[in-house]
Amino acid sequence: MRISVYRFNPDTDTKPRMQDYEVKTFQGMMLRDALLEVKKQDESFSFRHSCGEGVCGSDGVNANGTNVLACITPISELKTPIQVRPLPGRPVIRDLVVDMTQFYEQYRAVKPYLVRKDPLPEQEIPQSPADRDKLDGLYECILCGCCSTACPSFWWNPDKFHGPAALLQSWRFLADSRDQATEERLDALEGPYKLFRCHSIMNCVEVCPKGLNPTRAIGHIKELMLDKGL
Amino acid sequence: MSLPTRHFDALIIGAGGAGLNAALQLASAELRVAVVSKVFPTRSHTVAAQGGVNAALANMMPDSWHWHMFDTVKGSDYLGDQDAIEFMCREAIPTVYELEHAGVPFSRLDNGKIYQRPFGGQSQNFGGDQAARTCAAADRTGHAILHTLYQQNIRARTHFFDEFFAIDLVRDAEGVICGALVLEIETGEPLLIESKATLLATGGCGQVFRTTSNAHINTGDGTAMALRAGIPLMDMEFFQFHPTGIAGKGMLITEGTRGEGGYLINKDGERFMERYAPRAKDLASRDVVSRAIVTEVKEGRGCGEHGDYVMLKLDHLGEAVISKRLPGIRESSKIFAGCDPVIEPIPVFPTAHYAMGGIPTDRFGRVAMPAGHGSEEVVAGLYAAGECACASVHGANRLGGNSLLDILVFGRLAGKDIIDFVRENPYQRTADSASLDWAMARLSRWDQKGQGIPVQELRAEFRKCMEDHAGVFRTEAIMSEGVEKLREIRARLPEARLTDHSKVFNTARIEALELENMVDVGFSIAVSALHRQESRGAHSRPDHPERDDQSWLKHSLYYQDGDRMDYKPVRTKPLTVESFPPKERVY
Repeated sequence: MRISVYRFNPDTDTKPRMQDYEVKTFQGMMLRDALLEVKKQDESFSFRHSCGEGVCGSDGVNANGTNVLACITPISELKTPIQVRPLPGRPVIRDLVVDMTQFYEQYRAVKPYLVRKDPLPEQEIPQSPADRDKLDGLYECILCGCCSTACPSFWWNPDKFHGPAALLQSWRFLADSRDQATEERLDALEGPYKLFRCHSIMNCVEVCPKGLNPTRAIGHIKELMLDKGL
Repeated sequence: MSLPTRHFDALIIGAGGAGLNAALQLASAELRVAVVSKVFPTRSHTVAAQGGVNAALANMMPDSWHWHMFDTVKGSDYLGDQDAIEFMCREAIPTVYELEHAGVPFSRLDNGKIYQRPFGGQSQNFGGDQAARTCAAADRTGHAILHTLYQQNIRARTHFFDEFFAIDLVRDAEGVICGALVLEIETGEPLLIESKATLLATGGCGQVFRTTSNAHINTGDGTAMALRAGIPLMDMEFFQFHPTGIAGKGMLITEGTRGEGGYLINKDGERFMERYAPRAKDLASRDVVSRAIVTEVKEGRGCGEHGDYVMLKLDHLGEAVISKRLPGIRESSKIFAGCDPVIEPIPVFPTAHYAMGGIPTDRFGRVAMPAGHGSEEVVAGLYAAGECACASVHGANRLGGNSLLDILVFGRLAGKDIIDFVRENPYQRTADSASLDWAMARLSRWDQKGQGIPVQELRAEFRKCMEDHAGVFRTEAIMSEGVEKLREIRARLPEARLTDHSKVFNTARIEALELENMVDVGFSIAVSALHRQESRGAHSRPDHPERDDQSWLKHSLYYQDGDRMDYKPVRTKPLTVESFPPKERVY
């Protein structure tokens, strides 16, 4: 099978190029296996990866124009020759390795941690199964960045728009019955950019390798803002 | 040599559960703490833990930390230190509540309390009926915990060095460890971090085996750094093979599947664990279940064309339970085994999973070394916690649900102890130039150009050797041959060369440094295993099938210098309760 990979090494290259490799396939082969095979042929090829089972979120890449997690994407689902590029819209450090600094900054900006103001009980803070269910589809995010780097609003304003991944986490805490910072969280989201640059294009939903729905979460935040505003 | 240098009160190497829980204590106490991690923190392998964390909360049925302690001592095949085990089982309860307060989205019961599931080796009332002690967030508990700890560290303003690779510990002129030389992966530039205290929290080393549940990053970096600093490794022969990895691939299928009621079958459809563990059946200890699976396959009762795996049956649980309690497993099975466990069983086989041994510590995470005449000495300013450490709570076999517990309890305690240490030792030490040169040499060695053995080739050979010669069943002949092969691989390692000498994000260079670490750690496993002439816990010797408490109720210590072995007694006296004397271990 032929695979075409984006190559750029700032030490030696003045501009990026696509390089073709011929790799042997096997039953159940994932895109990550193919990239490892490329690495075996050419150790100068760099990409991030770790767990190999879709939980660490290291190996988000763009394959044939779509953002995917390489380790859980079967090559049988991809048209050959597979074109593999770095996640779009981010500065390339080398080959498929991109600079995710702004993505992480936006994550930090939504204060992604539980805020509890009441004195803490000796045991757990009680939560009903129904309230806990509200966190399903939110807490599972692995911060791979596939969604935010597929979002045109994030491409244009990565410094001002939080982006789908961060906003999903914002809602994860707003939706948590234990959290006691709703007002502050909503106040912090005001203004034309942080939240409201989302135009419901839904690329994020399309690409999320964990099947999560940031657009819906963003919708919930907007509804809650309206409720609180009334 | 003039190197860019940063100064911190505490340096933590590794950003998994242990490192982050330690960092959280330190940052919350307003200490300047640096966390160095070769990957962005939430990529650390704690993220892959599935089933849960043990604590006797008694949310499902009566339970007590004392029963938890009994199960852990028994599970360890009596090799665990009972003072550390008592401490961990007591601390488990407040530790889980603290995590919940920090935001971990645990699954819940109708009364609003944390959901707990049964796991292997758990009992009520010192060996009675099955207990349900494992606190779970569906089957993504590690993910939930790691993300929560990272989030709380954001709140506490911990200083992170993301994608920095630790090369080696450095010492001052008096020989006291005072930080580490690290490499910024993005730029390829070295950086010296000087600290008053240093915590190794680098996790496991499962990558030394070819088939493993462990991530690409689990290469025993901190463990090897300790070895090179002259610190012995304890009980390295005890390596856990998790019974249920996806056959041929190794991805983990949580023990929680059996906790929820799943069971193993052979090619005849027989629930074979009934023969090996009549009472606990599929929820016997992991060593017991892994040996049973390998035995079934060896005796011709394996499934599939080559008869080389068994099946894990879950379909009788129904779609509702599987989707609610085991959603991640369903997803993984579909992706990697091509089967939906709601409809058909999952093909499984044991996979290299967890190092019970590691850097010897006391129960405050302080690295402790023998000081001659049977006494021990703490290595000033050096700590270790998590899988890379050995406080000895797992002994010869770890119970499922006790590893998240270990990293959280001892990470937290190490953090607290470092706070005291830094108060008493407020002055920064300066790295000695000889020590720095030594660490830099490890880096510059890979700048050598010319023909040589490719790193990948040696890496593949090494991992195959470990798998063939230090697996589930080990005989003298198999292991001696393995040690010889390893010697040969180690001798060839200096001839390995990189073809890529670029600086920016050179992953080939990182993998070369990791290979050196893996070979160092692999050696400690193979040599320790060869010397222990008994079967205990995960160390199973057909040529010495019995446990031998007379000769071998003791901890192994492997020194890199001359591949030397030493031993030290097991601490059988708990803190406050009666000790549990060794008994025959049946499930």
